[in-house]
Amino acid sequence: MLEYSRFKYAIILIVLAFSLLYSLPNVFPQDPAVQVTANRGAKIDATVQKKVEATLKKASVPFESSAIDSNGNLLVRVGTSDAQIKASSIIHEELGSSYVVALNSASTVPEWLRAIGAKPMFLGLDLRGGVHFLMQVDKQAALQKRYEATAEDIRVLLRDNRIGFSSVEPDANGVVIAKLNAGQDASKAQQLIVRDMANYVIDVEGQQISVRVPQVELDKMLTEAVQQNIGTINNRINELGVAEPIIQRQGTDRVMVQLPGVQDTAQAKRILGATATLEYRGVVEGNAYEARDSGLVPPEARVYLRKEMGTDGKPMPVLLNKRVIASGEQLQSASSFFDSQSGTPAVRVRLTSVGGQRMLDYSGAHVGKSMAVVYIERIPEVKIVDGKEIISTRISEQVISVATIQSSLGREFQTTGLESMKEAADLSLLLRAGALAAPMDFVDERTVGPSLGKENIERGMTAVAYSFIFALVFFLIYYRMFGLITCLALLINLLAVIALMSLLGFTLTLPGLAGIALTVGMSVDANVLINERIREELRDGMPPQSAIVEGYEKASGTIVDANLTAMLAGIALFAFGTGPLKGFAVALILGIVTSMYTAVSASRGIAALIYGGKRKLKSIAI
Amino acid sequence: MKPLNLFPYGSNIDFMRLRWISLTVAALLLVVAVGGMVTKGFNFALDFTGGVGVELRYDKAPDVDDVRNKLDASGFDGAQVQAFGSGNDLLVRLQADGKQEGGADQASSVGDAVAKAASLAGNPATKMSSAVISAQVGNELAWNGFYALLFVLLGFLIYISARFEWKFAVAAIIATLHDVAICAGWFALSGHEFDLTVLAGILSVMGYSINDTIVVFDRVRENFKTVRLPPRELLNRSVNQTLSRTIITSFVAMLTVLALYLYGGGSLRGMAESQIIGIIVGTLSSIFIACPLLLWLNVTKQDLLPKAKDEEALARRP
Repeated sequence: MLEYSRFKYAIILIVLAFSLLYSLPNVFPQDPAVQVTANRGAKIDATVQKKVEATLKKASVPFESSAIDSNGNLLVRVGTSDAQIKASSIIHEELGSSYVVALNSASTVPEWLRAIGAKPMFLGLDLRGGVHFLMQVDKQAALQKRYEATAEDIRVLLRDNRIGFSSVEPDANGVVIAKLNAGQDASKAQQLIVRDMANYVIDVEGQQISVRVPQVELDKMLTEAVQQNIGTINNRINELGVAEPIIQRQGTDRVMVQLPGVQDTAQAKRILGATATLEYRGVVEGNAYEARDSGLVPPEARVYLRKEMGTDGKPMPVLLNKRVIASGEQLQSASSFFDSQSGTPAVRVRLTSVGGQRMLDYSGAHVGKSMAVVYIERIPEVKIVDGKEIISTRISEQVISVATIQSSLGREFQTTGLESMKEAADLSLLLRAGALAAPMDFVDERTVGPSLGKENIERGMTAVAYSFIFALVFFLIYYRMFGLITCLALLINLLAVIALMSLLGFTLTLPGLAGIALTVGMSVDANVLINERIREELRDGMPPQSAIVEGYEKASGTIVDANLTAMLAGIALFAFGTGPLKGFAVALILGIVTSMYTAVSASRGIAALIYGGKRKLKSIAI
Repeated sequence: MKPLNLFPYGSNIDFMRLRWISLTVAALLLVVAVGGMVTKGFNFALDFTGGVGVELRYDKAPDVDDVRNKLDASGFDGAQVQAFGSGNDLLVRLQADGKQEGGADQASSVGDAVAKAASLAGNPATKMSSAVISAQVGNELAWNGFYALLFVLLGFLIYISARFEWKFAVAAIIATLHDVAICAGWFALSGHEFDLTVLAGILSVMGYSINDTIVVFDRVRENFKTVRLPPRELLNRSVNQTLSRTIITSFVAMLTVLALYLYGGGSLRGMAESQIIGIIVGTLSSIFIACPLLLWLNVTKQDLLPKAKDEEALARRP
């Protein structure tokens, strides 16, 4: 009999309510807004908020409201995009470089919807405009550096153990060849190297020892290089003032950066591609505040600014020696760990032998004094002067760490007493970034203008709307009542796909919209199968209600087989596709999954609701 | 009220009698498509070749030759200029390797430079979007597309062999490959740009084509279990029974893709085009290729009976 249990009706209602609720946020428009984020230890609080509001009022820039969100950012809603640009530049002038001011859009989704986790779909770059970069680590340069470092280690090892050698150099294939002097004990040298470099492949031929760095080490090094590049890029993007940047690792040696809303690719590239280095300098005793304010600086020193803010709300000054102890090129590795001796988070640093020697000389003579690390970024800038582009370099210097020398330091030393593991991790990341681990190349760059983004949304939505309308009209004419049932099922399907994409945080792209349109076209297949089967059973003389039951039963197996195979194509697209194509695949896969439920189960429920109750059903409109 | 029928039910067309003709036509089409791919090759888009591409919008519809001359004069030699979407939009492609130096001081926006150079007097061009892609990335994308194709085929083979039988799997896959080849062949012969979205379109055509074939095969399987008929008649009957469904589904799918083609704009046109062809060919192939191939492979009732158990039982006998 044509029956549908209450339990199943309850499921339909739940699915319907879920789809409606979670697709609803997409209806609310996004307000243009200005987002203020704290930089370098500055804080966003009510004082800043008042200051911003007062400034905007003074400049008579209209704004709707301002609020501090859960991430601690200040969001000022402005009515128009004109006001947005004006407000952003005014706020930036007022607050200065301690704060990052970015253009953003603020959601107008009501609080109760947000409370249940409903949010609008995240739009891809092709729909909102912005730039996309794919950067690749220069593998060759990174590997070469690793080979050099290994050669250096071996040299030090041999020298320390008084084994004479004529040369230790990496060859073209990355194998480090050590040529020992005649009469030296090669097997002893081999033992030493094995002891220090356990998993390296070592061959001895007479007085020549060749050492090959294992692939595992190289892979690990490359992974670390990409990781630290991501860290550096993260820091730099703050400077660009981008509201929702996406920085992702892709494959083994690539980093993808997406900056929504950014149009100036050249500027973005300059900042992302800037080079960084670091310097170890001794701290010169004296009153740094006085020196900064009066300009009277001891002759051997310079005033540097620290990362931390002083009580006066400006970065703390510190006097550093003009002489550099060691620089980034001499830094081999830096890692954070928990030092059990001092009971504090710490960073372990390893220098090259040259750097180590200089560190030993300096620290031996300055125990009890302080030493600082300066992080230096060189960011090229282009200015237009008299209609000509002039490229200059802006150098930003910042003291990232000041520590007391407790004993004389060698090649390896530790900075202990850091406040948290996060601080230790950040410091080691900055140190490694300053060591210039691996330069990166831009291998892919795409820009989408904001107007094109808007156009793409419009076109995509129109295509989805028409594909839906075409299908609806056809079904209503061709299957009448069952056409209506099919249409209702299609509508639930469409809502469910949008709800799932919004809830699961998938990015909507233009191909994604095409995928949604296509989902409509493909999911009707299930209903056509069912409806045709019902007609067939009716022609064979079956009574209407049994025909409906038979139609659903017999078509179900076919539908599952046909949909699962079609889904394989979607999965392949998701697995091997990139960027916008993933959005297409997601829409396709979700569409197939939801349509299997809506076409088979939900539409049956509706049919049972219409035709199930009648005892003597003579004909059905199909 | 009588049901509305696009296609008369109870049709009894002898599709299997046409099998030599239909298979020959399919083979000929395949030869043409593969020939086109081999001799003409594809007009691969930036996505696969790497290079520089800039989408420009003019205030008025520009003259393509004027723009080309302007670009030549500004040092962008050999720039390809083609219409894109509406009449006011142009796509400029430079076949330079998109690899750029990491040195940030050289960073400048090629897109803006092209827009500046391509502006005509009284008809300035604005950059709508730009892409600079290295050949290496493009090459990888092409390989990924190829792997995706293999993955799908293997998946079909396993799934259909498990749910049906290997003869069904082979017939379905040949039909699908045929559809993909025709689709790709169209892009080779017409010289229409082959970009990432076309690749996605072709992969979804595989999904569509197999879907169609499976529906027919499912009916064949059902009939083998319930009706006593020689394979030839049985196949004919199955195709005829599913004919109206096949036509209606394809018709509606075609409508939605048509919406995509008409309203989706320039960047979705290639995808819609591949799907339009895919839907037509995919529908025909399940009727005219997949089923005749089944007959050719000598499909019988025994193929669909569970036999593993029987063999085990036989082996146990003394």
